[in-house]
Amino acid sequence: MTQASLGESVVQKTIHATQTQNNGVAASVTQTQPLWLLAEVTYRCPLHCAFCYNPTDYDKHTQNELTTEQWIQALRDARKLGAIQLGISGGEPLLRDDIEDIVVEAKKLGYYSNLITSGVGLTEKRIQAFKDGGLDHIQLSMHDITEEINNFITNTKTFELKKKVAAMIKGHGYPMVLNVVIHRYNIGHMKEILEMADALGAEYIELANTQYYGWSLVNRSQLMPTKEQVDEAERITNEFREKSGSKMKIFFVVPDYFSDRPKKCMNGWGEVFMIVTANGDVLPCHSARVLPNMQFPNVKDTDLGWSWKDSPAFNKYRGDSWMKEPCRTCSEKENDLGGCRCQSFLLTGDAEAADPVCSKSPHHHLIEQAILDSRNPTIAAQPIVFRNDKNSKKIIAGELKDRVDEFHALP
Amino acid sequence: MMDNQIQNADIYTLSPHHRFQWEEAQSSYVILFPEGMVKLHGGAGEVIKRLDGKATVGDVVADLKATFPDAENIEKDIIGMYELALSKTWIRKV
Repeated sequence: MTQASLGESVVQKTIHATQTQNNGVAASVTQTQPLWLLAEVTYRCPLHCAFCYNPTDYDKHTQNELTTEQWIQALRDARKLGAIQLGISGGEPLLRDDIEDIVVEAKKLGYYSNLITSGVGLTEKRIQAFKDGGLDHIQLSMHDITEEINNFITNTKTFELKKKVAAMIKGHGYPMVLNVVIHRYNIGHMKEILEMADALGAEYIELANTQYYGWSLVNRSQLMPTKEQVDEAERITNEFREKSGSKMKIFFVVPDYFSDRPKKCMNGWGEVFMIVTANGDVLPCHSARVLPNMQFPNVKDTDLGWSWKDSPAFNKYRGDSWMKEPCRTCSEKENDLGGCRCQSFLLTGDAEAADPVCSKSPHHHLIEQAILDSRNPTIAAQPIVFRNDKNSKKIIAGELKDRVDEFHALP
Repeated sequence: MMDNQIQNADIYTLSPHHRFQWEEAQSSYVILFPEGMVKLHGGAGEVIKRLDGKATVGDVVADLKATFPDAENIEKDIIGMYELALSKTWIRKV
């Protein structure tokens, strides 16, 4: 799965516009609703991307996937709670042969549905079925303009295929939505990547700077670009944006390690996002299972409404009453709600600590050290641990310890 | 800049790949598009609802004035909504 929707690209605003009528609806709707449902339908994936944020122990969840009927029920229940944007993701969702059924049901329920895919497994027959079934758009991951980097970072030979799939998406009248995860190996090609997207007729492109969870955390020192590279990439993006006008919408997801304030992760815990994982766990964010002493609900045995509204897990970090110093009395706490709980725990061992990205965090040196490590030739020369079943099994078995030991949970 | 001036005779419609619908759970209209959604409060939804690819801006203003006779000075608000929607590319000129 790509790093598309980790928070920054979310556009969810309330427009207070004209007063042409006085029915006064909704000015005071504050009760949270899971507007976005991300269905991570499988963790199986034909690609082996080094930056994948799926859990490194995903191999545990490849044999107990929800059935078609269970997915359809989850879609119905989430829709009743107000979910409206549906992302069908993974792993590679196309490895399941029931995506067509899920799409039809999504349309029937009134979702705006999005297939988030690597393109592997997308055929003329399947895309036609998606079109007929009412799928609204397809988000395709691209990796680089060069075959060499594409094939290296995904650990597969998929370069030519991605170009074919892009043409297929366009050919079926779908908006072209590209997601490119940015890291050390492609950040120098920003201009060329944008030109490629333009040439493919993309309406939207997300330049998602790698955030460090799952496999990308294990490979952090190998993937992280320098601050200078990030600044240059942003400059090129802005320049391109000015020139191309509004034709292609470009989202530049800022890498939090180089900011001095954390991201408002998931737009707030349990505020607008709900994730159902391949095995049915219901999560407020992709990596929530790294947190200690948390029991996440599962659609196999609990009602989604209870999971969202009443489960202890979803209520644990809602709002700001859980905060400690320096967040609790921080004048900026509403801006970022203390950042990311998972990042705090993974790096500091305390889920309630301020996100160490914040320069006010007493743990900020951990981020500075990570940046230094990524520039240390000896550390950066360690091999990439690619996301594949073999490596996942190794990590579950406690091998590769030297790569995960510094973190307070298995990434 | 002239392009963005809303004229009475202009006709607008929803941009491709955008969907407008009533959301019961939120008691409001929304516009949905790739990677995003906006929730439209009361009057904003009433404007977008009338963009059927045939009604001119003048038609929409007249219809809203007739529907909400008690609302004051709504023409300015309606044009404001058109401008906002156009700048966000939710709508396009036919």
